[in-house]
Amino acid sequence: MRKCSLESIDRVFAAINADASLYLPVDGDDGKAVYTKWEDGVKWSGALNTVRSPKSFFFPQMEDLVQFRTEGKTIEVIDPRKESEDFVVFGVRACDAKSFEVLDRVFLVDPVDSYYASRREHGVIVTVACTRPVETCFCKTFGIDPAEPAGDVSVWKTDSELFWQSNTEKGEKLLEKLADLTEECTDEAVAAQKEKINSVMSRLPLADLKADAFGAGKTMKFFDAPEWDELSESCIACGTCTYVCPTCQCYDIKDFNTGNGVIRFRCWDSCMYSEFTKMSAGQPRLTQKERFRQRFMHKLVYYPEKNGGLFSCVGCGRCLSRCPISMNIVKVMKTIGGKADE
Amino acid sequence: MQKITRDQLIEKAASLLGNGTVSCVLGWEKGEFDYDVTPALFETESELREKFVFGDFCGANLSKYLVSKTRKCEGRILVFLKPCDTYSFNQLLTEHRFDREKAYVVGIPCEGMADIERVKELCGDGISSVTADGDELVVTTLYDDEPVRVKAESVLAERCVNCKSKKHVAYDELIGEDGEVLSSARFDEVARLEAMTPDERFAFWQNELSKCIRCNACRNVCPACTCERCVFDNPSSGVENKAAANSFEEKMFHIIRAFHVAGRCTDCGECSRVCPQNIPLHLLNRKFIKDIDDFYGEYQAGAEVGSRAPLVNYTFDDLEPGEVFERGGQDA
Amino acid sequence: MNNRTETLIPKIGVITDVRIDTPDIKTFRVVTPDGVKPFIHRPGQCAMLSVPGVGEAMFSITSSPTNEEYMEFSIKKCGCVTDWLHQAEPGQQITIRGPYGKPFPVDDEFASKNLLFIAGGVGLAPLRSVINYCRHYRDRYGRIDIVYGSRSKDDLLDYREIIEEWSKDENVHVHLTIDREQEGWDGHVGFVPNYVKELGFDTDKTVILCGPPIMIKFTLDGLYALGFDKTQIYTTLEMRMKCGIGKCGRCNVGSRYICKDGPVFRFDELDELPDEY
Repeated sequence: MRKCSLESIDRVFAAINADASLYLPVDGDDGKAVYTKWEDGVKWSGALNTVRSPKSFFFPQMEDLVQFRTEGKTIEVIDPRKESEDFVVFGVRACDAKSFEVLDRVFLVDPVDSYYASRREHGVIVTVACTRPVETCFCKTFGIDPAEPAGDVSVWKTDSELFWQSNTEKGEKLLEKLADLTEECTDEAVAAQKEKINSVMSRLPLADLKADAFGAGKTMKFFDAPEWDELSESCIACGTCTYVCPTCQCYDIKDFNTGNGVIRFRCWDSCMYSEFTKMSAGQPRLTQKERFRQRFMHKLVYYPEKNGGLFSCVGCGRCLSRCPISMNIVKVMKTIGGKADE
Repeated sequence: MQKITRDQLIEKAASLLGNGTVSCVLGWEKGEFDYDVTPALFETESELREKFVFGDFCGANLSKYLVSKTRKCEGRILVFLKPCDTYSFNQLLTEHRFDREKAYVVGIPCEGMADIERVKELCGDGISSVTADGDELVVTTLYDDEPVRVKAESVLAERCVNCKSKKHVAYDELIGEDGEVLSSARFDEVARLEAMTPDERFAFWQNELSKCIRCNACRNVCPACTCERCVFDNPSSGVENKAAANSFEEKMFHIIRAFHVAGRCTDCGECSRVCPQNIPLHLLNRKFIKDIDDFYGEYQAGAEVGSRAPLVNYTFDDLEPGEVFERGGQDA
Repeated sequence: MNNRTETLIPKIGVITDVRIDTPDIKTFRVVTPDGVKPFIHRPGQCAMLSVPGVGEAMFSITSSPTNEEYMEFSIKKCGCVTDWLHQAEPGQQITIRGPYGKPFPVDDEFASKNLLFIAGGVGLAPLRSVINYCRHYRDRYGRIDIVYGSRSKDDLLDYREIIEEWSKDENVHVHLTIDREQEGWDGHVGFVPNYVKELGFDTDKTVILCGPPIMIKFTLDGLYALGFDKTQIYTTLEMRMKCGIGKCGRCNVGSRYICKDGPVFRFDELDELPDEY
């Protein structure tokens, strides 16, 4: 383990940025943290987390897949992909770090999504242990420890120092670059910090939320639960929960006519949208209740069933604070999960 | 003014349910915390007693729900409307979006609703409880043992700071005393934008609208957006999109939407309330309202049912397009 | 399947022949610009065809894998992409990527079985590749029965092939039906589910069923009444798809992605899925 003083942080950022673009949470003009490219003078946000999740580093809201040029009856196919540049994302929280594992199991399973894979290979994740979790946090429900964040490098912040620990080869390399700016240290301060975090975690209002009722094999148990009606009653069918969610990865593929060619791009999509499953021949999910149910069943049952029990929710709490009508996965879990155990 | 309590509303709802005037109640349901309130439909008194809430975080405008719920429910729906919500209610009626006979409006006075983001700015993150005490909110957090007291008026949502009216323009029954239409400072921010140079203004909107993630929350919550199928969702419209393919498209969604609700927007402020990216979308709509006021005389959408909005009502006194251009200035 | 895939980037396909099958179905023959078959597939697999600027959509490959020269797609006109394709002329280039999905188990579960194909309308399209595959390797299978129905004689897909080739094969029995009486039709009249019941098949068969949802529902009831078991009946599903590789989420039903884990399912497998397909 290595450490540096908080005062030297700008020098550390500069050193990281020398070889690879560095992104970190920075307070925007509305006071909300946004991942921003570091440059001299940019200040690391003290916020717990960003409004938008870091998933867009690997799965951007929109990206070009392929381009076409057409002339008469002929088509030319142009591959627009370039090798990604190396980049470092600093300040990722434990919940979001876990979300990359959830996304990997979609994009990196055969057939591998080369667009995502290329970014994953070139990105280095530096996580920071949480110091002030808030009321909407429930990462522990999904077995995530905010005091032990994953990532290539894990960082713990105390009042005056930052402690760095590499977890992967990529992380090792990054810390080597910072050798002159950091010094070898023991992990006592980190242990104390972890204890501090854990004491806050137990005080969180959602500390007792359990996901045990959900998981593989529970489709038939929950699918026809009568509670879906009242839970989805006020849903306005927007995509806020989906788009702020670090694990939602549904996408659409669309063509854009540029005037002298066609760009085929993909963009985030939401199972909450009415046309998501609409076909010329019919619509398997006719009402908002069915679309609402799909999103939560996918996170709590379908995804775990396909992925060895791993839930596709990481308890980051973004949907809790952002849903226009304050309906969210916690309310769903408590209503459906609690009831089904009776 | 005496604050309305949850109990008062429950008693009212229970008696109207009990005597058969209404078959269900559109109100607000308590959440996990003291502030995450969900609009909900209640069918029985016991449901009301168990889950109904009313307080400083019941900002959601319930009027749009009447479009879907009046089709779904048999019998009349009791809906609690704050003064600003009644303007949306009237506007929806003007547009024939639901059957007036199926709604029973109980107007409730409003001293302004709190914005939890403002509470967090003043009291810090990790809110564990927020309770009202007179004209103050008592806030406790996970990190401080001592509760913090803040004036309710210091954490009001922007739309409430600039409240346009405390008068109910539609109701079947009122609880408490009705208020007056207010002269608010709601156009000050618009005037500030108008005073910018075109480049500054372009940069301002470019910056704001580039934050948009196209979640459609603003559109879906908007009481003026009740098209059965929005052009932006319709592949055969030619403008359907889910993400901006370029920066023109990025602005297009919001500008087209602002044009579409021009003259119909009551300035309820729901768009800005729900935007997860904190884009001040209401300013686009307010610019239209201000211009309509300036060019055609003061007009408040939803002030009465059936009124012809200036943009869809031709009169001989109307400004010529050239005059609009001159008055707006070349750069407007 | 290739491991490090570039599958979202399509190849160019050339339409070399357009056959009018019915008033709203055309069959398109597709090869690469070099004149060869775009890729190898298995019976029941699909491909993504696209018209740049119009869109991309998933279609069953209707030609048999045993056809080594080209691929065929029988496409019903019912949306943006299909409308455009129906106007296309030979020589037109489109894009193609695939193959996608799990094929019918022609070499495993189907081997040495008596096969009963039941199709309605354009539902014959995905079965055609299976039927022709089984005809090609005729000695690997037992008796083959094909029950096929459509609204009218004009709406029967691959009619010429059915009459001139399938019906003439040894131990292949074709049972055609149309919904209503029609001049010049002396065959059976009636809906497919009823015809299946009338024909009263023995339960020693493996059934491959494809057609409109309502036909599937009633045919299944009929098959169960005849004593068939869910484990003997296969179908192929249709869902909206964008990626074709189990990632975009559109065709997700329960823990399955129809594009990747299907579209071919046995009915007992479908029992484990919520009814959303």
